[in-house]
Amino acid sequence: MTRPPREVDVTRIEETVARLCQEAAHVLPDDVYAALRQAASSEQAPLAREVLTQILENAVVARQEMIPLCQDTGTTVVFLEIGQDVHLVGGDVHAAVNGGVARGYAEGYLRASIVDHPITSRVNTRDNTPAVIHTELVPGDRVRVIVVPKGGGCENMSRFRVMLPAAGAGGIRELVLRTVEESGGNPCPPLIVGVGVGGTAEHAMYLAKRAILRPAGEHHPDPEVAAFERELLAQVNATGVGPQNVGGMTTALAVNVEVFPTHIASLPVAINLQCHSARQKSAEI
Amino acid sequence: MAEHHISLPLTDPMVEQLRAGDSVRLSGVVYAARDAAHRRFVEALGRDEHLPVDLDGQVIYYVGPTPARPGRVIGAAGPTTAMRLDPFLPRLLEIGLKGTVGKGGRTPAAREAIRRHHAVYFQAIGGLGALLARHITAVEVVAYEDLGTESVKRMVLEDFPCFVCVDAHGGYLPEVGRSRWRDPAVLGDYLSSTTETYGG
Repeated sequence: MTRPPREVDVTRIEETVARLCQEAAHVLPDDVYAALRQAASSEQAPLAREVLTQILENAVVARQEMIPLCQDTGTTVVFLEIGQDVHLVGGDVHAAVNGGVARGYAEGYLRASIVDHPITSRVNTRDNTPAVIHTELVPGDRVRVIVVPKGGGCENMSRFRVMLPAAGAGGIRELVLRTVEESGGNPCPPLIVGVGVGGTAEHAMYLAKRAILRPAGEHHPDPEVAAFERELLAQVNATGVGPQNVGGMTTALAVNVEVFPTHIASLPVAINLQCHSARQKSAEI
Repeated sequence: MAEHHISLPLTDPMVEQLRAGDSVRLSGVVYAARDAAHRRFVEALGRDEHLPVDLDGQVIYYVGPTPARPGRVIGAAGPTTAMRLDPFLPRLLEIGLKGTVGKGGRTPAAREAIRRHHAVYFQAIGGLGALLARHITAVEVVAYEDLGTESVKRMVLEDFPCFVCVDAHGGYLPEVGRSRWRDPAVLGDYLSSTTETYGG
């Protein structure tokens, strides 16, 4: 006997998105705060240590005084992981997400940073909509909502290249290090470096974005990929870029690599950088 | 490296003393302007019009703050990426702009323009929106109100913390800092990239 699907009203998704937008903007995730503290205690460069100390202080002030961590409260990227036994009722789920973003940004005094047309008018939409929404079907009867306010400074430093399969790990390493060095202070290091390898062009970039969401300090379950992540992190931190490009040993808090099978002819590599204000907040309905 | 407490506006002897890597605390008036306002400034100058604010001898802070909660002066107000405004910088230096505050580095052409005009670029720490807001004591929209967060604002700073990133003598902070902390033994056969670029 099959169970009837669980009904979830999209107004609950709207309310959840509105709440998560505000929490994400004001509270730095615990894992990121812990990684920054660890970095501040091991950093040897005096100027870099000073930068890290101020970043930690900023997180405390933001939470206590309800001031956003960063004035760039981002493009609102929303991941919806929808259980396949869920029936969404009460209206258009995309409209509900955008309604939640508009409410959350108004109620939270967050910055509206979205312009309507990217090429021509570029007029601010005034409520930070539309969000970039990724929906995924997953087993179960729950809806998981992940809100990621993604800053423009770091998103602008994204890169993508399809390499020759012969380029292999060395080619990926070269692109990661070059991206970090050439981006300098623009993406606001210390970074979380997301690397998506495999699939197709658009899937590699999606993997890179998912990679920045992994808790800092957690490695890929495949031990070979995990070892590659450790090696890349050590090398990124050996570039000397340091926090905010002032020179130092802490250029990244993590390098997270996600992989997917790919075509016999291809090696797609996407890089998505996350700034030290690595904000995200999730909830399950 | 030296530490300076500067009362704005900047003076030539003051700018003369500053060196890349110095710590600075800025107090006084700056003008907030970012992408959209810069486009309007340069378009207005192209039509031989006066700007809505006189930038001669002034400092621009590249910032687009969050709205202030009731009873507050301003919301979060950290710096935005300076390199994005590099195409507009030489023209504003020509009309007397003396300094800029932003985050990240600057292109070689912008650095050269700063040196030629005996100006300075201060780097504030990006992502310090909450903390830096405490160093802004007054805010008033003075032009382009329709741009919302991108409007031009007159701001009063108090002990606003930043570093000298580009000085008037050609000094550049990333060139000073990076090489000292680079570890070639870990980097192996990777050849460093010395170019900073805006985006891929």
